[in-house]
Amino acid sequence: MATAGFTESQLTVRDAVSQLCARFPNTYWQEHDQTEQDPADFHAALARDGWLGIALPEALGGSGLGISEATMMMQTIAESGAGMAGAQSIHANVYATQPLAKFGTPNQLQRTIPNIISGKWRVCFGVTEPNTGLDTLRLSTIATKQADGSGYRVTGQKIWITCAQVAAKMILLARTTPLQEVRKPSEGLSLFCIDLDRSQPGLEMRRIKKMGGRAVDANEVFFDGYAIPADSLVGAEGQGFKIILHGMNAERCLLAGEALGLGYAALAKAAEYARNRNVFRRPIGQNQGIAHPLAEAYMRLEAAKLATYHAARLYDASKADESIRQDEIGVACNSAKYLAAEAAFAACERAVLTHGGMGYAVEYDVERYFRECLVPRIAPVSREMILNYVSEKVLRLPRSY
Amino acid sequence: MSALRILVPVKRVIDYAVKPRVNKAQTGVETAGVKHSMNPFDELSVEESVRIREKKSAPGGVEDITVISAGPTKAQDILRTAMAMGADRAIHVEVKEGEDLEPLSVAKLLKVAAEQHKSNLVILGKQSIDDDANQTGQMLAGLLGWPQATQASKVEFGENDSVSVTREVDGGSETLRAKLPMVITTDLRLNEPRYASLPNIMKAKKKPMEKKTLADFGITAERRLKVVKVTEPPVRQGGGKVEDVDGLVSKLKELGAI
Repeated sequence: MATAGFTESQLTVRDAVSQLCARFPNTYWQEHDQTEQDPADFHAALARDGWLGIALPEALGGSGLGISEATMMMQTIAESGAGMAGAQSIHANVYATQPLAKFGTPNQLQRTIPNIISGKWRVCFGVTEPNTGLDTLRLSTIATKQADGSGYRVTGQKIWITCAQVAAKMILLARTTPLQEVRKPSEGLSLFCIDLDRSQPGLEMRRIKKMGGRAVDANEVFFDGYAIPADSLVGAEGQGFKIILHGMNAERCLLAGEALGLGYAALAKAAEYARNRNVFRRPIGQNQGIAHPLAEAYMRLEAAKLATYHAARLYDASKADESIRQDEIGVACNSAKYLAAEAAFAACERAVLTHGGMGYAVEYDVERYFRECLVPRIAPVSREMILNYVSEKVLRLPRSY
Repeated sequence: MSALRILVPVKRVIDYAVKPRVNKAQTGVETAGVKHSMNPFDELSVEESVRIREKKSAPGGVEDITVISAGPTKAQDILRTAMAMGADRAIHVEVKEGEDLEPLSVAKLLKVAAEQHKSNLVILGKQSIDDDANQTGQMLAGLLGWPQATQASKVEFGENDSVSVTREVDGGSETLRAKLPMVITTDLRLNEPRYASLPNIMKAKKKPMEKKTLADFGITAERRLKVVKVTEPPVRQGGGKVEDVDGLVSKLKELGAI
C-alpha cells in the first residue's frame, strides 16, 4: 500500500499495531480458524497495550484518537494475516462503545468503559434480528418496563451476534414502545448496555456454523423475559435509533478498513507467489495473464483506500465542523464500505487463482482470506442497500422499497 | 548512591528485516525509500534504562532518562518511539541525510551531551546494524575517562555507586565491577524490548524534544575515513554432493584440503 498522504498518527498506529500483530502469524490464524477457537490471547494483547481505547475519550482511559486512526488500526490487523477473524474479535469493542461514550451517564461510563478498554469485559453488538434483516426499524425484540421500577424484561431474538459467547456486555437495541403506538417508526427504540449473565433465566445463545472467520463466534441470541436493570438504558428512552446511527457510519469506515487490509494481504501473497513460482522455467508473474489482474486489483484497492480514509476524515472532522452534513458523511462511509469490499473481493479471488491449485490449500492462506472477504460485501449492510441509498440520497431517484 | 541520570544514544538505521542493497555509486547501502527503524541494540539500551527505573534496581533511583540521536529530521520518529518506551526527554541533533557522522565524531558529541546533562551513566548499543563499527561506546569512555563495560548481558547495581556488568566474551561470560560514572554497551541477551502501548505513544507526543545542531556541541562533521568501495558479497557457489564418507575423503584430498 502507498502510505503517502496519511497523517503522522495514522502511520504511528500502523507501525505499532503491525509490530504487535507480528507476534500472531498466519499459522496462528489458520489454527484458530480450523479449531474454531476464540483468539482470546490476541484480544488480550491488544487490550494490554491500550489499543481497544483508541477512539474512546482520554478521561475514561482511552486515547482520544479518531475513526481515521481506528480504521488504520483495523486495516493493519486484517492486513497482518489476522483477517476478518482478528478484526472481528475486537471490532465491536471499538465502535459499539462510541454511542455509549457519547450518550452514557458519567456513572455508566465509569462503570463500563475502563473495563472494556482493559479487556476485562468484551462487548458484542445486538441489533440484527432474523425476521427484520436490514429493516431495522421493525425490530421486534421488546424491552418491557417493569411496574415496580426495577428495570426491563427483554424478549425477542437476535442473530449474527459476533463474539456473544465470549462477551460480558451487549449493546442492545430493543423496542420500548410498540410500533403501532409511535408516531414514526424511528421512535420507540431504545439502546441498552446490558450484562450477558448466562446464569440468569431467559438468556440463551447458539453458535452459527459459518463460511469464514471461524475463530470468532457468531450467534443466535434468544431473550425470554431476561431481566435488566433500569440503569442499563443508554440515553433517553425511545431515542435508541438516533443514538445508534451515530455508531453506524463509524462502523462502515472500520469495516472498509478491514476489507482493505484483507485485500492487501491477499495481493501481497499473490505477488510473492507469482514472483517465485517457476513454471516453464520462468516465474509465472512474467505472464501478463497473471500480472495484469494483480495490477488491476492493486489499483482498485488504492482507489478504495482513498475513499475509505476520505470518509473517516469527514466523520472525524464533522465533530468540530458543523457545515459537514450527516447525509454527506453517510454517503461517503457507505461508498467506502462498498468500494473497499468489492476491491477486497477482487484481490482475494485473484490471489486464489494466481496460486492455482495451491490457492485451495489452507497452508497458503489465500483460501482463508477468500472465505472471509465475503463478510464486508454482506455486512453490516448489503451492496444493494448501499446502491439504493446512493440512488435516493445523491441522485434523488425514487425509492424502490 | 547517586541518582542515575542516564543518557541513551539511539540511531535510525535501515530496518533489520530489510535486505540491504548496495547503492548505484557503490559508496554504501541504498537508503532511499527503505523502511527505517531504531537500531535494535539501541532498543535494548532504552529498555534497560526503563527497567532500571521500573524495577528500582539502582539504590539511588533513576532521576532522568534522556535519549539523543544525530541524524535527519526523520530521526525524530525513533526518538518518539524511545519516549513511548519510557524515556523522559529527547535531543535531536540535525545532521543532513548523507552527511553521516563517523564514530569518533559521535563520541565527541556524546561527550559534550553527557557533560551538559550531568549524566552519570551512558547506555548505548554495542554497534549499529548499518556500518557495524562497534567503536562509539569505547571511544566515548576514552574521551570521558570513564570505565566501560561493553556487550552487557546483565547489569546490576550495588552500594557506593558500584555497578556489576556481566558481558559476553568468546569463552563464556565475564563480570566486571566499576563505579559510576560509566559507559555500558548492550548486547542481544540483555533484555527483550517492549512494544510501546498506545497510551504511552500518546504521552510521548507531549514529552520535550530539544532540537540542536552540531555547532551547539562544538562539533564539525569532519571526515577522517574514506569509503573506497562497497560491493555485494560474491554469490555463493552451490556445493557438491558426495555418496559416502570415502567419497568425502577423496573429494577433500582432491581439493587439497587434507
